[in-house]
Amino acid sequence: MNPPRMDQPFVTGAVEPVIGRAPQVSSSLVWPDRWGTIKARSGINRMDYTVDPGLYALGNPNAESPVLVTANYKLSFDSLRSALPGRDAWILVLDTKGINVWCAAGKGTFGTAELVARIKSSGTDRVVSHRKIILPQLGAPGVAAHVVKKLAGFTVHYGPIRAEDLAEYLDRGMVATPAMRLKTFTLSERAVLIPIELVQALKAALIVALVALVISGLGGPDTYTNNVAAYGIFFVIALLGGVFAGAVLTPLLLPYIPGRAFALKGLVLGLIAAVVLVFFRNPDMARWSDRMETLVWFLLVPALAAFLAMNFTGASTYTSLSGVKKEMRWALPLEITAGGTGCLLWLGSRFIV
Amino acid sequence: MTRLRYLKNVVTLALDEEKCIGCGLCLTVCPHAVFSTNGDKRVRIADRDACMECGACALNCPTEALTVNAGVGCAAAVINSMLGGGSPTGCSCSIDPDDASSVKKRPTCC
Repeated sequence: MNPPRMDQPFVTGAVEPVIGRAPQVSSSLVWPDRWGTIKARSGINRMDYTVDPGLYALGNPNAESPVLVTANYKLSFDSLRSALPGRDAWILVLDTKGINVWCAAGKGTFGTAELVARIKSSGTDRVVSHRKIILPQLGAPGVAAHVVKKLAGFTVHYGPIRAEDLAEYLDRGMVATPAMRLKTFTLSERAVLIPIELVQALKAALIVALVALVISGLGGPDTYTNNVAAYGIFFVIALLGGVFAGAVLTPLLLPYIPGRAFALKGLVLGLIAAVVLVFFRNPDMARWSDRMETLVWFLLVPALAAFLAMNFTGASTYTSLSGVKKEMRWALPLEITAGGTGCLLWLGSRFIV
Repeated sequence: MTRLRYLKNVVTLALDEEKCIGCGLCLTVCPHAVFSTNGDKRVRIADRDACMECGACALNCPTEALTVNAGVGCAAAVINSMLGGGSPTGCSCSIDPDDASSVKKRPTCC
């Protein structure tokens, strides 16, 4: 295992502990760090936003300084160091393949084996004289503290969930308050996840929209262009309405939407979105084609919103696998059936009637 | 704001109170305050429905008093595993959600 490179853009210098040279970093984030955060949150090069695994010096640590462990996702690394202005500490970065602490712990890459191996390969056991190591609490699903103690001789201390509480935790003598140990899902914590959900949903929606636009011109009573304007454009608007309800409004309004299952929450907002869409569409209910089209929006939009809301379980902080499987058993067939029927009816309303 | 709650009576968390030695590590690692202690330091499950099956308590229990089918509560991961770990969608998980330790492909989750 190679030591971390000195020429990474966020490395400000070097310190020289007993193991030779270790890269030094600052607690101040500069604009490339912030720009990198924005890009990662938007899904741009998110899977390659990494730092080299190994031991880093935050400030000027010595043999007595605390050792803080994190993942090699740069967002994780940055949130750790920026939470500790004016402090000296060792930062031990595990190789989690660029995944954040909690997700990597769930997969076991932020895990006992990697931690034990990295303590030795990084020279951490020679750099510090004490035998304490501080892990984020959310690393616990991947690390067995008693096994680390046995294999590496280090006592694992689980720090707070949020990096921003770390300074207080250290000042209290490595004691966390009950609030530090609770994983929340506040409005801002939910809002920051929306861009990535939206980008991924819109990628798929773009393909569907293009296909729908091309087909919409073929059927109907008028010229190709006029048909696209009359039917295709509204299909795209309805599609975007479903995406907005499921991937934006559901995360934002999560605690206030009725139901516990995410698909149910998405379904509720999708139905409301369908009502709004049909209101503006103002169909002529005397005509069969308009009746049929209205039914389409009440199938398609809620199905899409429910599916996207269901997918938000993966980003949420409190859903269990057993629960997700339970809601998927009824939600997924319903979403597929409603979505498929909606698409067929829409095609029918264009060609048959 | 009231705390967000997921489905009732679904989680697989179980505690063998005979094996519990009262070390309290499960209280420390649980992100949803599922456990509490009795007067004699023995742990009990106080809020089962708050459990998200992350598996931290069971993995860190030195006497294996706690068991849970740990996994990631992620619909996209479940769909991907149904499709045989196919192309990443949604939160882009490509792990087997039944076995969080098996990273089938390059992990691209969350």
